[in-house]
Amino acid sequence: MEIFVYGVVNGMTFVLWAVGFSFVYGISRLPNFAHGALYVVTGFITWSFINSTGLPHWLSIILSLLIVSFAGVAIYQFVMIRVRGMPISEIIVSFAIALAILEGLRLQGIGGFKGFIGPGYVLPPFVNGVIETRWVTIDFQRLLIIAAGLLLLGSMWLFTHYHKVGLALRAMAQHERAALMLGINSDRMANIALGIGSALAGISAIAVMPLGNVNCESGYSVLTNAIAVCVIGGLGSWVGTILAALILGLATTMMSALGGTMWNNVLVFGLIILILIIRPSGLFGQQKELEERV
Amino acid sequence: MAEQERRKERLDRGIKARTEGLYAISSWREVSYLLAPRAGLIIILLLLPLIVPGLYWQRVLALAGVYALLAISFDFLAERVGLVCIGGAFMIGVGGYISGALNYYLKLPVFLTIPIGTLGGALLCTLLWLPCLPLRGIYFAVVTFMFPFLTTSLILAGNLFEGTEGLSPIMGFPNTWIAVYLMIVLILLFIFGLRRLCGEDIGVVFAGVKDNDLAVFASGINVTRVKIYALYIASLIGCFAGAFVAHFSGFVGVSLFAVDFSIMPIAACIMGGPGTMVGPALGAFILAPLSELLRGFGQLRVVLYCLVLVGFILFKPEGLLSWAARKYHQIEHWVKV
Repeated sequence: MEIFVYGVVNGMTFVLWAVGFSFVYGISRLPNFAHGALYVVTGFITWSFINSTGLPHWLSIILSLLIVSFAGVAIYQFVMIRVRGMPISEIIVSFAIALAILEGLRLQGIGGFKGFIGPGYVLPPFVNGVIETRWVTIDFQRLLIIAAGLLLLGSMWLFTHYHKVGLALRAMAQHERAALMLGINSDRMANIALGIGSALAGISAIAVMPLGNVNCESGYSVLTNAIAVCVIGGLGSWVGTILAALILGLATTMMSALGGTMWNNVLVFGLIILILIIRPSGLFGQQKELEERV
Repeated sequence: MAEQERRKERLDRGIKARTEGLYAISSWREVSYLLAPRAGLIIILLLLPLIVPGLYWQRVLALAGVYALLAISFDFLAERVGLVCIGGAFMIGVGGYISGALNYYLKLPVFLTIPIGTLGGALLCTLLWLPCLPLRGIYFAVVTFMFPFLTTSLILAGNLFEGTEGLSPIMGFPNTWIAVYLMIVLILLFIFGLRRLCGEDIGVVFAGVKDNDLAVFASGINVTRVKIYALYIASLIGCFAGAFVAHFSGFVGVSLFAVDFSIMPIAACIMGGPGTMVGPALGAFILAPLSELLRGFGQLRVVLYCLVLVGFILFKPEGLLSWAARKYHQIEHWVKV
């Protein structure tokens, strides 16, 4: 029972990590490999607001989310826009930005900047406290993660299916030229997608980070986990995203309970490779297989 | 609206047109126009180990050679065959672990382990990547990028090959001169070989696979088989580099699967000029010593070289070599429109 509940929590964490990446890549075909970096950046900005300037918790969260989504827009507007349509350049550029951000945060000794290293960076949880039921003990932050995951998924689904901008984003994903003919501005849509995607990365950071401390290494693992969920679930499919995240969450929790966390990475990477080989469009992918295979 | 409209006009130099045909050999001037850049690069490369001061920089040169080999292999796969393989670290790791383990457990000498590591490693890489070959574009890239991580976690989790400790000591080369010159000669060999290969019949098929694999498929050629050939050739280069690293550093560990080996060659390739084979090697010989100079700055090194990468992709996507070639062959001047 405990494994199940914590597995679901874990799965929702995966959902939170993946939803931003999946939103940007599945919907506007921009592989935003700076996702993990933005996630970490949000954590540090929020921490700095709370601890250095003494702003209240909620205000610093809102400010840092704004900053991060502007950072996402800036990444598109100044960098990605020039390599649009060249997938490999897009990947390389965004990954290089991510590396620059993550390693830049660890810089030491320049201008008295000490670098964000060490266990001292902890975000406060929203609500302290623990709930005890007959089978399992769980704290409020973990419940909050489940709620946040469901809420985000629901609102993103509604947004992309009923809001005009969301529909335009999906149109871009389906057929860019047709969408252009219908008067949808491709660059503006991509800007919006990256802005929202970065904000989603930020939200996931604020929800998940209180469970541990804020560190740069998590940027890489968040990115790989997000890719794993997207690849396994299939791009652009919300059902696939949830299912893949739950599978990964339950599997990694079980793995940790059985054989130790060492095998978690093996499991995640193995699953990605297996799924890509057997069914490259993912479990619920909506793309034609021929587009990816000969 | 006082702004004057200008554009850059590019014209071929007269000598370029004269040297295009066979008659170029009729005059020394034209022969030297053709030979100078090629011979110049080769001679500089051959003289480099003599010029650089001290043993330390010779070792840097050899490591730059490793990156150059990886960059050439990446360039061949990505630009000539259309398989974007960003798992250079996997080739390095497989080649390094095979030749290192042969030396460590069976005490085989260097001149046996390196060929075995190269050939066997390439075979293993090709076999392991075989199931991914039907994938295209970004999907192939993601899978190949995941392979080094998977093997790293397997080795650590399963405690294979001494796990985190790694295999050490591994027999090194007799001296650094031999190592450096082995590296340089092989880089030249691989560059010439690959450029020749791309001109042969199979090279045309490779280009076909890159541009329109359905057309190749429709002509009754087995696309997967062609990709297997290309992958084997590329992993041959990568695994040799891996075996070289293993013996050169005298140590085999999970650090062979580090992301550096996957990312740095791509940066070198983009900096030097994608699709030219020579350009990537040039880029590696610029980037590797540069990052060595910046070693004292710690993390700043990675940041700087990411910025270089982004800058080149954005502002000079053609790369250094293509840029230089254009300057060499063409006259540029501004004309009013």
